[in-house]
Amino acid sequence: MTAYRRPTRLTEALALLAEAPLPPLLLAGGTDIYPARAAAEAWMRPVDRPLLDLSALPELAGIEDRGDYHRIGARVTWAALREAALPPWFDALRQAASQVGGAQVQNRATLVGNLCNASPAADGVPPLLALDAEVELAGLGGVRRLPLGGFIRGNRQTALAPGEIATAVLVPKAAPDAAARFEKLGARAYLVISIVMVAAVVEAAVGRITRARIAVGACSPVAQRLPGLEAALAGQPLAQAAAVPAAAHLAALAPIDDVRATAAYRRQAALVLLRRALTLPAEAHAA
Amino acid sequence: MTAQAILLTVNGTAQAVTAPPATRLSTGLRDHLGLTGTKVGCDAGDCGACTVLLDGAQACACLVPLAQATGRAVTTVEGLAATPMGAALQRAFLHHGAAQCGICSPGMLMAASELLAAVPRPDEAQAMAALGGVLCRCTGYRKILEAVLEAHAFLGDAPLGNWPAPPPPAAGCAVGARIPRADGVAKVTGADLFGADTAPADALWLRAVRSPTPRARFSFGDWAPVLARHPGLVQVLTAADVPGRNGFGIYPDIKDQPVFSTGELRYRGDVVCALVGDRATLDAIHLDDLPIAFENLPPVTLAGGDALHDRWPDNLLTTGRVVSGDAEAALAASPHVAGIEIETGFVEHAYIEPEAGWAQRVGDRMEVFACTQAPWMDLEEVAGVLGIPHSDVRIIPSACGGGFGGKLDVSIQPMLAIAAWLLRRPVRAVLPRSESMASSTKRHPARITARAGCDAAGRLTGFAFEGAFDTGAYASWGPTVAGRVPVHCMGPYRVPAVAARARAIFTNNPPSGAFRGFGVPQAAIAQEALWDRLADAAGLDRLEFRVLNALRAGDATATGQVLEHSVGLVACLEALRPRWLALREAAAAANARGGPRRHGVGIACMWYGIGNTGMSNPSTMRVTLGPEGLVFHNGAVDIGQGSTTVLLQIAADALGLPVDAFRLVLGDTDLTADAGKTSASRQTFVSGRAAQSAGAALRDAILLRANAGPEARLDWRGGTLLVDGRPLALDAPLEGIGRFDPPTVPLDADGQGIPYATYGFAAQIAALLVDTELGTVRLQRIVAAHDVGRAINPTLVEGQIHGGIAQGIGLALTEEYLPGRTENLHDYLIPTIGDVPAIECILVEDREPLGPHGAKGIGEPALVPTAPAIFSAIRDATGIEVTRIPALPHRLLEAMPR
Repeated sequence: MTAYRRPTRLTEALALLAEAPLPPLLLAGGTDIYPARAAAEAWMRPVDRPLLDLSALPELAGIEDRGDYHRIGARVTWAALREAALPPWFDALRQAASQVGGAQVQNRATLVGNLCNASPAADGVPPLLALDAEVELAGLGGVRRLPLGGFIRGNRQTALAPGEIATAVLVPKAAPDAAARFEKLGARAYLVISIVMVAAVVEAAVGRITRARIAVGACSPVAQRLPGLEAALAGQPLAQAAAVPAAAHLAALAPIDDVRATAAYRRQAALVLLRRALTLPAEAHAA
Repeated sequence: MTAQAILLTVNGTAQAVTAPPATRLSTGLRDHLGLTGTKVGCDAGDCGACTVLLDGAQACACLVPLAQATGRAVTTVEGLAATPMGAALQRAFLHHGAAQCGICSPGMLMAASELLAAVPRPDEAQAMAALGGVLCRCTGYRKILEAVLEAHAFLGDAPLGNWPAPPPPAAGCAVGARIPRADGVAKVTGADLFGADTAPADALWLRAVRSPTPRARFSFGDWAPVLARHPGLVQVLTAADVPGRNGFGIYPDIKDQPVFSTGELRYRGDVVCALVGDRATLDAIHLDDLPIAFENLPPVTLAGGDALHDRWPDNLLTTGRVVSGDAEAALAASPHVAGIEIETGFVEHAYIEPEAGWAQRVGDRMEVFACTQAPWMDLEEVAGVLGIPHSDVRIIPSACGGGFGGKLDVSIQPMLAIAAWLLRRPVRAVLPRSESMASSTKRHPARITARAGCDAAGRLTGFAFEGAFDTGAYASWGPTVAGRVPVHCMGPYRVPAVAARARAIFTNNPPSGAFRGFGVPQAAIAQEALWDRLADAAGLDRLEFRVLNALRAGDATATGQVLEHSVGLVACLEALRPRWLALREAAAAANARGGPRRHGVGIACMWYGIGNTGMSNPSTMRVTLGPEGLVFHNGAVDIGQGSTTVLLQIAADALGLPVDAFRLVLGDTDLTADAGKTSASRQTFVSGRAAQSAGAALRDAILLRANAGPEARLDWRGGTLLVDGRPLALDAPLEGIGRFDPPTVPLDADGQGIPYATYGFAAQIAALLVDTELGTVRLQRIVAAHDVGRAINPTLVEGQIHGGIAQGIGLALTEEYLPGRTENLHDYLIPTIGDVPAIECILVEDREPLGPHGAKGIGEPALVPTAPAIFSAIRDATGIEVTRIPALPHRLLEAMPR
């Protein structure tokens, strides 16, 4: 029988974690842990890692405006994000929220869980990378912050240290009229793992881009920002942004062939999605 | 940590569930509270069948730890009717035919109820977003969508089943009426019992140990330490334990699939042995702890390899042929010739109910309760593996949560029967989703080469077809596919010269078996693509090319069969013509605006022989009148397609009483006669005709008993039969038995004969747009014209068409089963509610004289033309001829002209 604890204070959770003989899996919405168990059990490879359920920790709840950044607690679900009244630079993240799984998954799965699961196709990562988000990590020794790009270390690998819990994601504020867009490409309408997705957060003044932050997911072990493209976009007229992305800007990506698509396709599709994502912020600014 | 009581509120009632806190909520509801209305399809959040409301928000109960439900309100389908809108939604589902097999219905209903509580009159986009997380494999979603959008119109306080449907049609008027499913109430309340929903409390559990690799030798070590370590492990069953024949298979002379393998494993999923014990013990056992040594061997593929079975040294299971005239000469002389090579992949049935059931020994008889499409074939297999007479086996079909051909073969039944026989205890099993997908049969992957020619005026001259079908590790229905394909592969057209060959070839892949269409959908893709090319070459419109060449009554087919009646293809095409012209005009106008998204409209036709190919496939139906009332003994298994309702409508009209006079006895092989399997689109036609005869025979017996004339009026009042207003006194029960076996003539070596007594015909149009920069396809509309002979229940016919189209969409665009890689419902992509466009159904009723009221079949015809119509539209939009199927975005983009 799986050992299971559901503490009600973060300090209690950290203490349980520190004293656990076998490192527990951290459980929130359960939308990754239970499917993994089902897959293993179907082939008679049951896993019996203990579970530490974070769903009763008040410190992990809610979305808060903390002046120069927003704190999104680790219990915040996709549905909560989807429905939240947030500034426009969150639009890409909220678009991702409405396209993850189906409504049942959105009601249960958490954004921070999506980051901790560290799938190359995690829909939450590109929008947050494009916002320069940080992950808040709590341990018995205190709290530290890591940039999201440093937190996710590889396919299913994070920088979460033993004894630590990812408690929130922190999103610095962008310019008030920053426009954000998420483009997800999957092979069906709902319940689909992304083949490629891109997120763009664009800030502009008098019709010209002042800062563009662009990230691409499912095209490398960890979603990546595209600094070359961002530099090329800076100073460009918004109306011409869509013409800027070029294949060379994607050189650092390392897509793979898998059941969903080929590497070459992903590279091509990423370019198309980038152009489309960059068309729409221009429209948003014009509106 | 010990199990503790978890307190929660379920459907308004406080409950305490004593179970480990990490237990899935779905398990808590089903196993601890007995609320089996919540179905489990995947345990992974992929299918949504287990959707419940948690404090009013929809959630997959399989992903919720029971502990997280502490103190919260859970609403399941059993509690849905407590709110007026919940009850209205159930009525709307019944009225609109939104439940077919019913396995997804509880999840759909609960997902929709979350939306309707907030938005009583939602729009289509809202409804799709709310239902996007629940998969349905039967309905094509459109009637579910209708029911959700219209639920508000069903608010009221009348009991379920009586409202808003008008009273059942009067005697003699059931055929042709859109009556709700006779088994529908149980499906929308969660009361229907599927394979996993019931078993004796003391039943042991069985888990099969399966091959993790496509081909391996194996040997057992010493089991004693494992048995000692796990006191709850009662028995390990191996080939040595099989009391009778250690083999099963569809054909009486091909029992090649072992219950338990002996020495060599032939596919990933092949059975090594089975463990029987208590559930907790079995769940904790790790494959690596078992004394089994595997030695992997190089797998055999279509490219070749060692012989899989001694009996077939060249791995060629069977070859089907149809030859008429000299196709090569005809092609050589044709002014226009087109050729194509296509390759299709494995397709998984993806019924939302995984295989499940239980067995018990009753004296020296064996009883098996399980989901199935073919109880009498299961009976023969169970008797065979136990080595007991057929009369000592009873099969009780559970409600069947989708089949589509995949539940025609036995799965768990032989193992359960052997375990229960030897242990003299009930034994149950429920396959996990991945095990279901890995172990069950698939649609045959096909490599097809075809050529066709026409004259200058566009008349077809010749057709040559060569198909290699990967039949996997065991024969299953491979011979049926190889037999059906050559008969159908030139399509429903006048083709003077045909040379067609289909070979079924063994490989170390999953057994390819029966899947809606038996190879015909794959063949139709090649055939219809050729017609588009020839139409272009001859300068004809694609629809008009098909009209020109379509079979008509009086024509002979390539097997030499003259079709005397009920050849409604031209009527289908003519019914489509106005929509064809309008959709093409709209596409041209849209394309004139430019942009990367190109619109296209495609068309395809199909024919489909109803029933077995050139062999007997009788059905027997029985209606009795006696102390138990008026009883319809119907052995045809309704797997969602609606035969329980349709056969009742037919029997009722033949007898002359309304449908609600009947009590139904369904499926149980002790209580019903052999109706044959639910496959080959045969139940409406074959069992329908038997039901008609049974009803008429009972009517004759009643009239004889009452000494009344043939025009006498029957009435059913409070359990008493009135003949012309006078109660009928019975001193002995009366019965009417009807039997029908469609007349056929076996095919000879050149495929000449009368393979089928009748054929369904259809034509479908697909309108779509292709994103030429991404290779993605967005369907906009399907228009489907089907000659069904007579629509006994138009709502159910439309439901079959919608569902077949949805499966055709999956076949065309997204579904590709790769053993070991896509054996779950998040990597294997069946269409969701957002992937099925608006569908217009046009029912053409060209009566078949042999059929009941002129009816034919619809189950498989619905699927066959969809993928070819989609590919026709893709070609129209982009010029690309799709040859690698499914047309995944990267494949389409690769083919895109640059």
